[in-house]
Amino acid sequence: MSKYILKRLGMMVLVVLGISLIVFTIMNLTPGNAAQMILGQSASPEQVAKLEAELGLDQPFFVRYFNFWKGAVQGDFGKSYQTSLPVFEEILTRFPTTLKLATAAMFIATLIGVPVGVISAVRQYSLVDGVSMVTAMLFASIPSFVMGLLLQLEFALNLRVLPATGAASWQSYILPAVTLSTATMATLIRMTRSTMLEAIRQDYVRTARAKGAAERSVVLNHALRNALLPIVTVIGVDFGYLLGGTVVIESVFSLPGLGTLLITAIRMKDTPVVMAAVMFVTIAYSLVNLLVDIIYAFIDPRVKSQYAKG
Amino acid sequence: MSEALLEIKDLVVEYHTDEDDVHALNGITLSLDKGETLGLVGETGAGKTTTALSIMRLLPKRIGEVKGGEIRFEGQDLLARTEAEMRLIRGESISMIFQDPMTSLNPVIRVGDQILEALKLHRPDMSRAEQAKKVDEMLEMVGIPAARKREYPHQFSGGMKQRVVIAIALALEPRLLIADEPTTALDVTIQAQVLQMMNDLKTKLDTSMLLITHDLGVVSQTCDKVAVMYAGEVVEYGRAEDIFLGSRHHPYTEGLFGSLPGLNASAKRLSPIDGLMPDPTALPEGCRFHPRCPHCTERCRAEAPAQYLRNGHMIRCHRMEEEVR
Repeated sequence: MSKYILKRLGMMVLVVLGISLIVFTIMNLTPGNAAQMILGQSASPEQVAKLEAELGLDQPFFVRYFNFWKGAVQGDFGKSYQTSLPVFEEILTRFPTTLKLATAAMFIATLIGVPVGVISAVRQYSLVDGVSMVTAMLFASIPSFVMGLLLQLEFALNLRVLPATGAASWQSYILPAVTLSTATMATLIRMTRSTMLEAIRQDYVRTARAKGAAERSVVLNHALRNALLPIVTVIGVDFGYLLGGTVVIESVFSLPGLGTLLITAIRMKDTPVVMAAVMFVTIAYSLVNLLVDIIYAFIDPRVKSQYAKG
Repeated sequence: MSEALLEIKDLVVEYHTDEDDVHALNGITLSLDKGETLGLVGETGAGKTTTALSIMRLLPKRIGEVKGGEIRFEGQDLLARTEAEMRLIRGESISMIFQDPMTSLNPVIRVGDQILEALKLHRPDMSRAEQAKKVDEMLEMVGIPAARKREYPHQFSGGMKQRVVIAIALALEPRLLIADEPTTALDVTIQAQVLQMMNDLKTKLDTSMLLITHDLGVVSQTCDKVAVMYAGEVVEYGRAEDIFLGSRHHPYTEGLFGSLPGLNASAKRLSPIDGLMPDPTALPEGCRFHPRCPHCTERCRAEAPAQYLRNGHMIRCHRMEEEVR
């Protein structure tokens, strides 16, 4: 098991290296000049050249890429071209917002999505099943900004019970978290329903019934544990995705998250910020995925034996 | 008949699908006495498993429906029990071994815990230590070292898994064991072992057994009584001697024996029964077997035969009419 984790961490290093090179190349190839952006359109070519030299932008591509990693391994991701603030600090101030939002959204999605999916499966073709399927369809198809605006309209403007924007208190996170949760919730309801439908038709479920187990125990202890793998996968993938920041939701709710930071940095050709943010997100995403794979082993002993083999 | 542990009378079961109603059981009557083994023989689709699931009241929900008849176990009508009452009977008084040991154990639960579950459900007053001891005993009884109880099903071979399934089924010393093709999925050598073990345990625990199989060899080794099923009906029913040694048979039974490869017989070809099992959504008029029967007459096409009984040996065929008279 620990051997497997080490192997995965090793692979993660390769992934991070690969992604850093791709992103660095794209930042280099896309049109636009960081020094020009900082100084504005009226700046003279001499001024631009001077600033370029200061920022090290006049050096060859691979030298700059190497310098990025030289700093990065020492924990120094450089300073933002725009704000001159250390990039890493900027990310660390933004990340908690994103983390809180992503965690809250996944929590809501899982807490509602999985039980609803289980009930839908157990009561297949019932009214409850129909209603939850239609709801899941709606949640999956409404764009998140529409959902966000609708919620703001109702809860902030009409009912005046929750703040519409900002991150001043924990209440401010409720609407954006609910908005973010709907898409994952829809996936979870459908995924849980279909894997549970398959699980409750398995022979071992019949064996459990033949032992005299009550329906509740049959569903929860026997079927659900076997249906968990795909459910955990969905939760993991979506959580990792949300950790990358959510531009639309952050804009609609004026939240200072990673998404807006990254988009602004890309637009301004602020390479240090882009690189650091992407590295951060890549590592977070990979760690979440590794965590999911470790959880697999605890859910399914067959997976554990697989890991042990190599 | 007062000795009867299980009595099934005129049981009719249908499966409802979107398009059709499948006539799975069309009035079967069986009885099983204490300590006896009843073999249920027939082709795939004859209704053997449906019979077993009906007794357990585990027919697939919404799809399977008991349309008529009764199932009496120790005198009480199982079809009239509530679901909660049935849960007390399942595992405790009647337990079942399913066909495929590969899939009948829960892959994510330790085998010991799967045996333990039955004890927890039906012996809540037993202490944990006693329950654990019983689990060890059961494993040893089916020939698995008790130390392996912490392992998961995927760490066992097919034969070993079936032993675990048997240990689960017998943990509470049920009065009736339903074994649905318990050896079909196993290698021939393992089949013999498992069968021998089941027989020994059955005698030791004084359990009656309903053995579902399509293997006539298995039946001859283990069964006291045999019911031959065809298209949801019992076409021949009697003591094992009647079925194996008797002179008169239902044509289907004759066909079954004819399709066995004999070791001594010099026949170069097997003689299978021509044709296929009828479509259970549209069963033939008259005798269900007439389209495949070598002795088919006009009467067989039009009129369903009665059950002709002599000395406890029942045959459902028009040809028996004269003999019985």
